[in-house]
Amino acid sequence: MAVDVLQYFVNGLMVGGLYALIALSIVLIIKATAVFNFAIGHLMMLGGLFYWTFMVALGLPVWLSILLSLALAAVVGALIQRLTLHPLIGQPPMASLMVTVALMYVLLGLAVMLWRGSIMGLPAFISAEPLAFGGLTVSRQFLVSFIICMVVFGIFVAVFRYTQTGLHMRATAEDHQVARAKGIKVDNIMLITWVIASIAAAVGGILLGLRVGVGPPMTMIALKAFPAVLVGGIDSIPGALVGGLLVGVLEQLAGGLIDPALMEIAPYIVLLIALIFMPYGLFGLKRIERI
Amino acid sequence: MLVLNNIEVIYSGVILVLKGVSLEVPLGKIVSLLGANGAGKTTTLKAISGLLKTEVGEVTDGSVEVDRVRTDKKSPEEIVRMGIVQVMEGRRLFEHLTTEENLRASSYVGGADTTVRQDLGRVYNYFPRLKDLCKNTAGYLSGGEQQMLVIGSGLMAHPKFMLLDEPSLGLSPKLTQEIFGIVQRINAEEGTGFLLVEQNARAALNIADYAYVMENGRIVLDGPASKLRENEDIREFYLGLSQVGKKKSYREVKHYRRRKRWLA
Repeated sequence: MAVDVLQYFVNGLMVGGLYALIALSIVLIIKATAVFNFAIGHLMMLGGLFYWTFMVALGLPVWLSILLSLALAAVVGALIQRLTLHPLIGQPPMASLMVTVALMYVLLGLAVMLWRGSIMGLPAFISAEPLAFGGLTVSRQFLVSFIICMVVFGIFVAVFRYTQTGLHMRATAEDHQVARAKGIKVDNIMLITWVIASIAAAVGGILLGLRVGVGPPMTMIALKAFPAVLVGGIDSIPGALVGGLLVGVLEQLAGGLIDPALMEIAPYIVLLIALIFMPYGLFGLKRIERI
Repeated sequence: MLVLNNIEVIYSGVILVLKGVSLEVPLGKIVSLLGANGAGKTTTLKAISGLLKTEVGEVTDGSVEVDRVRTDKKSPEEIVRMGIVQVMEGRRLFEHLTTEENLRASSYVGGADTTVRQDLGRVYNYFPRLKDLCKNTAGYLSGGEQQMLVIGSGLMAHPKFMLLDEPSLGLSPKLTQEIFGIVQRINAEEGTGFLLVEQNARAALNIADYAYVMENGRIVLDGPASKLRENEDIREFYLGLSQVGKKKSYREVKHYRRRKRWLA
């Protein structure tokens, strides 16, 4: 039993790493542009489809396919920002929000038109052979994917925290007008944010594609990042990490120990409870109010 | 030299706020802009810094020039790069960043770490308190400390001209004095020109070289600060003194007549 719990816990961490990465992508965009990106799952899917195209359809080597898909994802992110969200600057946030909802359907339609919308398997470049640690077994593929997620997460966090661009991103998140008054090019910051977030999503899409195949159903899995973001705190990067891992662990524990059907809803139940007691999430910024 | 030539500002395409404002800020001088609420002082500053464009306002007539280069069609980011920095009213800063992060974020050049470090040193030299608070979250600083921080942030951009909007707002008389003293020091040591919008006319006229008085979107009076301090109308309406220099009784003032003469 104890070993079971531990096993599910480890599985949860492995799955959660991916949620954390997707959550990071959502949080980055919220922080810099105050828009919740509902199309994140579809951006992920697009990253996976790009990879499939380069790797399977065109037969390019793995490293080149990854590089090209990430580059293409970056271009898509930039285009989305410039063509659909940039013209809405100064409009109510709800307008931008609805644009991301519209993007969901546009990207889904694109996937169906260009890639027929079926699930396509990706040849594994990481062997699926399980590794045993004591009584625990971990699939090598899960482990590598977890490590990649954490490394990418770490890189983005470092950029955000320690570079001037990252600082300008955080400043832009707080107040666009003040940022512009200080000479920060808010336009460019938003563009960079979308590019980074799209790359993060594409990494997630490729990793998830290796596990479940690329195609429209992937977008449902990305939805699990929503509770991760909200539980962690909507504008917190550490929150995205903790929230992502927490959702992964909870879903595995609930699914494994109680009922497999619970796996899909456990994260959302936790979300409901967490929001009642902690409306800012675990690490969300408290509103600073001076009297 | 910062020059406004007869500018007209319209908000939302219909509301005429500035009706032909002209003023000059010579390099290295402190110029004060006085006026009642709603006179258009803040709008004047925003017209110069370009921040009007973030609030559906625009300069529809006249021109703003900095050293003979027109700036009224430029974006706020470009104007900052030309050496014009507006310190907005109400101590607007990045609340969730620390003091030092606020200062660093205001250094638009970024560039080499050594130059940023030098600039930080310069700011801490004027505001030693900020150095002690460099790791504190800016949103939790006191009002005076926040005012110091926003002025310090402005300095990070190496401005030729700084536009200060109500730096004394909500501060104690002692802190106001301290802040104004530092403004004078920056002016003397860095040669920065200041355009100072203030409700506290006495404090503003004490440090200014020249002053303009605005009412209803127009400049109604201007002159060297020393002269304005002696002006009968200024003494009565802004310094709260009667002609003989005593505190006046508000019951005896006939505002309407005075105002009428001013606007004529």
